[in-house]
Amino acid sequence: MTPMQKLLQLPVNAVNIVKTVQAQAQEEARSPVLTPDSIQQNWYSAVQPEELRNLKVAGTGGGDSEERAPLEEGVTSAQTQPLRHDDLKEMLDSNKDSLKLEAMKRIVAMIARGKNASDLFPAVVKNVACKNIEVKKLVYVYLVRYAEEQQDLALLSISTFQRGLKDPNQLIRASALRVLSSIRVTIIVPIMMLAIKEAASDMSPYVRKTAAHAIPKLYSLDPEQKDQLIEVIEKLLADKTTLVAGSVVMAFEEVCPERIDLIHKNYRKLCNLLIDVEEWGQVVIINMLTRYARTQFLNPNVNESLLEESGEKAFYGSDDEEGKEEKAEAAALAKRKPYVMDPDHRLLLRNTKPLLQSRNAAVVMAVAQLYFHLAPKAEVGVIAKALVRLMRSHSEVQYVVLQNVATMTIKRRGMFEPYLKSFYIRSTDPTQIKILKLEVLTNLANETNISTILREFQTYIKSMDKDFVAATIQAIGRCATNIGEVRDTCLNGLVQLLSNRDELVVAESVVVIKKLLQMQPEQHSDIIKHMAKLTDNIQVPMARASILWLIGEYCEHVPKIAPDVLRKMAKTFTNEEDIVKLQIINLAAKLYLTNSKQTKLLTQYVLNLAKYDQNYDIRDRARFIRQLIVPTDKSGALSKYAKKLFLALKPAPVLESPFKDRDHFQLGSLSHLLNAKAGGYQELPDWPETAPDPSVRNVEVPEWTKCSSREKRKEKKVEKPFYSDSEEESGPTESADSESDSASGSGSGSESEESGSGSESEESREESESEQEDKEDEEDKRKKKKKTDRGKVKAPAVESPESEESSGAEEKNRAQKVKGRRSGSESESEEEEESESESSRSESESESESESDTDAKKKKKAPVTKPPPKQAKKESKKEKKEMSLLDLDDFEPTPSPQVTPVNNFLSSSLVTDLEGLSLTDTVMAPTTIAPSGSVKTYELLHRITGEGLGVEYCFSRQPFSPDAHMVAVQIMFTNNTNAETKNLHVEDPKLQSGMRIKEFPEIELLPPGEMVTVVMGIDFCDSTQAANFQLCTHIRKFFVSIQPPVGELMMPVFMTENEFKKEQGQLMGMNEISEKLTLGEKCQNEHGIVQRVTSAANVSRVPCGSDKECRFAGKTVSSGILVLVTVATKEERAAQLTVNCEKMVIGTMLVKDILQALTQ
Amino acid sequence: MIHSLFLINSSSDIFLEKHWKSVISRSVCDYFFEVQEKAGEAENVPPVIHAGHHYLINIYREKIFFVSVIQSEVPPLFVIEFLHHVAETFQDYFGECSESAIKDNVVIVYELLEEMLDNGFPLATESNILKELIKPPNILRSVVNSITGSCNVGETLPTGQLSTIPWRRAGVKYTNNEAYFDVVEEIDAILDKTGSVVFAEIQGVIDACVNLTGMPDLTLSFMNPRLLDDVSFHPCVRFKRWESERVLSFIPPDGNFRLLSYHVSAQNLVAIPIYVKQNISFFETGSSGRLDITVGPKQTMGKTVEAVFVTINMPKVVLSANLTATQGNYTYNPVTKTLVWDIGKLSQQKLPNLKGSLTLQCGAPKPEESPSLNIDLKIQQLAISGLKVNRLDMYGEKYKPFKGVKYVSKAGKFQVRT
Repeated sequence: MTPMQKLLQLPVNAVNIVKTVQAQAQEEARSPVLTPDSIQQNWYSAVQPEELRNLKVAGTGGGDSEERAPLEEGVTSAQTQPLRHDDLKEMLDSNKDSLKLEAMKRIVAMIARGKNASDLFPAVVKNVACKNIEVKKLVYVYLVRYAEEQQDLALLSISTFQRGLKDPNQLIRASALRVLSSIRVTIIVPIMMLAIKEAASDMSPYVRKTAAHAIPKLYSLDPEQKDQLIEVIEKLLADKTTLVAGSVVMAFEEVCPERIDLIHKNYRKLCNLLIDVEEWGQVVIINMLTRYARTQFLNPNVNESLLEESGEKAFYGSDDEEGKEEKAEAAALAKRKPYVMDPDHRLLLRNTKPLLQSRNAAVVMAVAQLYFHLAPKAEVGVIAKALVRLMRSHSEVQYVVLQNVATMTIKRRGMFEPYLKSFYIRSTDPTQIKILKLEVLTNLANETNISTILREFQTYIKSMDKDFVAATIQAIGRCATNIGEVRDTCLNGLVQLLSNRDELVVAESVVVIKKLLQMQPEQHSDIIKHMAKLTDNIQVPMARASILWLIGEYCEHVPKIAPDVLRKMAKTFTNEEDIVKLQIINLAAKLYLTNSKQTKLLTQYVLNLAKYDQNYDIRDRARFIRQLIVPTDKSGALSKYAKKLFLALKPAPVLESPFKDRDHFQLGSLSHLLNAKAGGYQELPDWPETAPDPSVRNVEVPEWTKCSSREKRKEKKVEKPFYSDSEEESGPTESADSESDSASGSGSGSESEESGSGSESEESREESESEQEDKEDEEDKRKKKKKTDRGKVKAPAVESPESEESSGAEEKNRAQKVKGRRSGSESESEEEEESESESSRSESESESESESDTDAKKKKKAPVTKPPPKQAKKESKKEKKEMSLLDLDDFEPTPSPQVTPVNNFLSSSLVTDLEGLSLTDTVMAPTTIAPSGSVKTYELLHRITGEGLGVEYCFSRQPFSPDAHMVAVQIMFTNNTNAETKNLHVEDPKLQSGMRIKEFPEIELLPPGEMVTVVMGIDFCDSTQAANFQLCTHIRKFFVSIQPPVGELMMPVFMTENEFKKEQGQLMGMNEISEKLTLGEKCQNEHGIVQRVTSAANVSRVPCGSDKECRFAGKTVSSGILVLVTVATKEERAAQLTVNCEKMVIGTMLVKDILQALTQ
Repeated sequence: MIHSLFLINSSSDIFLEKHWKSVISRSVCDYFFEVQEKAGEAENVPPVIHAGHHYLINIYREKIFFVSVIQSEVPPLFVIEFLHHVAETFQDYFGECSESAIKDNVVIVYELLEEMLDNGFPLATESNILKELIKPPNILRSVVNSITGSCNVGETLPTGQLSTIPWRRAGVKYTNNEAYFDVVEEIDAILDKTGSVVFAEIQGVIDACVNLTGMPDLTLSFMNPRLLDDVSFHPCVRFKRWESERVLSFIPPDGNFRLLSYHVSAQNLVAIPIYVKQNISFFETGSSGRLDITVGPKQTMGKTVEAVFVTINMPKVVLSANLTATQGNYTYNPVTKTLVWDIGKLSQQKLPNLKGSLTLQCGAPKPEESPSLNIDLKIQQLAISGLKVNRLDMYGEKYKPFKGVKYVSKAGKFQVRT
């Protein structure tokens, strides 16, 4: 805590410092800007001796005048006097924002030009809380720049930011965090840590994004915070918004790139979000995922790459050694199992591919390198086109892309071959681009295209850019060495170049020819002869040296000419360059050894000349060679081997691309470009031999639903205290009631997390026993459990607001029965909780249970390992009991309609019933299609807040007759007071633009204990925005709001299969949203699916030929836009949900809702 | 990522520096100057320079070097793209991206840089968001500001940053609702000595200027979308819709933006709108040469070829040119050795011709290299690839916008070898 304490004290000190500084400043500089007359003398009197010194220095150095000039540029008003910092201080202290702003602008201009403005710190930092936004921003700029140098003073500003962190506006919170984290003052590390942690769980994704940005800042300030920061990163990685994804991966890469395990759980999410992340984030994510994939998946090219490589090697005329390797590899190949690509690997490739179309070159490059490193060979080709497109971009982009293409072309030449012509060189290209293009062209050359390429090269040789010409000649040389067929052609071409007037060209040609001749000297004695003649003309030392070396090396092929050349050279020896002299000595020595008769004297002569040369290297060489070749008595053992030494067979030089093997660096990286490891470069790991467990990437869906629903609940708690009441205080008496409801399936259960596991999976297994068990015993257990689990397990009974209204004796009876059953399951769940992954999977519940209770039971029965007859017996017995329950359930779906049965309500349920009948198994239909699921009741006004007036509403799914564009909302009023409530009506609706309300007719009288149902219409304009209005009685007004689930914004449409297909065909692309899902336990059959979907959304089923697909159609109530839903089931429990809707928002939300409904 | 940024002008002055992390001394730029000297011409400065503990990634735009300092591994293209984006933002704000414009608006530049990067990582780069944060300068506002003391920083908070369509701000209002689309195609070609095509392709873009109220959802469809071989989109374009239906469906940004750039592949035959007959020769003796160029229209689909320029970079030894042009004017710059022939419109009847002699440096040998001709041209109301916009529909808003499409074809990198 010491830093904190220090911090608390410091501001006080700091304030004192500032005060004194200010006082000084005021004393010193009474240079009021407003009284320009006296400014000069005041200013001089204020100058301290130290400053005077500075002035002198400045005067001589001229730095000051330079500094001042632009300052005056910025002066917009009539102020023309020289401004010193004192004046700026004065302006900053003034009350006028405009003066402050002017001062800050000048200061920023100084910073921009790199001038030191640190002495203004105290004056500036005071303005951190300035009201004017621009001043404030400029102060931030200043602060971030100088805080590091003036740590103590910088602390003054911290409290402002801390306040900002609590601001209700998310943008202000974010900007406060941003500046706070940019201040590099070690003492505030704990504050930053705290702020980051808090911001990481902020409601606003933008603030979370800022938190992600702050992580690397803090890390660079204090690396010891790493562990804590990793925790934050882990948390933020789980974030599901696109806004955060890029930033947090960036933080991950800077802080803990080695913690690849953090990615597992988020891998699929990142892949899916990728396309919607902003472009800079995409680059970072793709690069990181490339590395990730290299550690987690198998090499898709295990088989191909070997074949390919061996093929290429053979083509280049491989050595024996390589051949051996090949064999070994081939053997290994045989052992390998056939490769199957991990679906996650495929997911990555599939989701990145559209990004090749990005306008951002960095994104395209990132995808290209991903494909290069990860994709099966057959698929890599797609990147070529995109990369070629980038070549139209700025020359810097071209430069980088070409470097990468050059590396790629070595490994995968075929990919770029179709685009050969795009690499043709224009005379207007910058030289560095030309040379890179040349490199690519050379790499692309093969037997089929070499003639075109050589023709192209011929035009390049005529270029005015000599460096480029030299590079072209080298390229020709490389083509000639690589492709045997054209060696002679190239050689002839190069020989022709020898007569070029440009020396550079000739010299380069000679050097390349020398290399080529070394490969097969026997056949080319005439070329050697030709070159020998050139010695008269060529003056470039390197070329002369090369020719001499060639003649010496192959003097046996040109026995007549060689001595003559030596004779000529001996003549000019003294005037030659050093490297030429050395080669002359070499030539002499070689000739002496092979043809001593003719050249003995010449050699002696040359050696004598060399002996007295000015260059000691040459003198040394001459002495050494004389000893070696001229046998004397003193000469040692070496001279015997002189011939072997000089005329040994020299291996031909290998001309290879400088880009060879560069691909061990991740392409597109800085390290690759420099061909050297840059700081912070993360090696691209080799493919693993065997794939690590892919299940690590499995995400238990409920895990995050749980947390999100927990969040939701938190919110709800605030909004509707009723929920929390029943949640936390549901004592034994109340729980009896409330249970009955949740069990009977009217619960708006999305909140119940753990309860689901208790009620769902277990009850079905255990109920038969539990039914027979002692009720009271169970109740005890239950109470106990409640106590112990209350913190964690919010009672299963939680979310049925109606529970309290239920008062009928009959119902109580029923409730108790149910309770008995449930409690059994509860206790069971407790035991199994930890071990059961199944139950946790189905944890988050958004739906009524009982509607499918029996259904599920039946299903559940099957896997139970009891003998079938017994089971059947039990089942039938149970069904009997259940029937009575379900009868009630079916026809009195929620407690409220029980009291006030509403016609349309029932009829709507009948509609679903009938639909279910016609489409599903008839045996099941009557008992299981419970309409209750589709009619959830929501709380509009709790009886406590409503002072005895309880109001609920539900979406009856009936067309609203007065206006077809309105959604019918059925509102149920209950008067729980002892007095009458009068004049119930709607007032003062506050609606989003376009929304309309059709109020219900005023209820004049609601006697105590009574209940009344009315219907009102709301046109939600196809949005899920809440409709806010006031509910008025004769004494009070209540603000209420109705927020529709997206599924209620539509109404069923009946269409045929063909119509459906046609409509769907028109709603492709962006209008189609599909999600993969794993069906929940209860909706594995068609019937279950139909039920879940229709309960989540007001759509009707479309007949369909295939039993693998369920189709639904609906249209939005307000604007009549079609909504098409398709659920296609696959093996096991996998399924795909597709929603086609022109309104993407509706589509997305609907997908979410249905997904949730189906996955439970 | 990006540690610091230095702006350097052509006379090697660092006129602006900005640091996003701790300050790096400007002496780091010495490495850059060294390389720059070695490279000679600005365009030959390698974009990535290793400078001791740092790396310098630079771009050259409008005679300014944008030199960024990098300390650790980062994709170079990431930085290069970002720097270009910065330059474009300046262009957008100040009308030009010149040294003087930057110096005049140094505070705005600083504010922009501050918003665009956070700790060296791009934060707000969409121009629409930036304009919400920092208003671009204009004369009226600067006058008002100097009187009232108000400022360029937007008072409103940048809600665009939170939006799912960050490229469009909310509450756009226009009295005239207009949407203009310019289809601009450039022909990249290399013709050889005999006039036959070595390589030709078409690069096109669709630039849009959309001033529409509210949140319009536009759909642009083509008569012949199959022509487009390779496309890259503005992020607003719905990719899936393009994949499945080949229509462009998007909620447009407000104002000017590049909707699409495309490529018409070399596989399709590219119509070359002109032909060039040329003969440039130098004599072995007499230090002179002859030049004869004729340009004529070809495959223009009934449109006139306008603004034709022929530019030739002559060998160093060419001292002067004494030519006669039957149409247009020519100039020869003896310093840069460039010959420019401004032809203007091409007519079918009379083919423009440029003919005459070249004087070479006395005594210099005949140049071996052959200069190539760079051609510039323009054809209005024609997309040379034949691409045609079919229709533009607007959804989501009730009014009727004015819609306009314009086609232009130009020469891109159009070169004739001699």
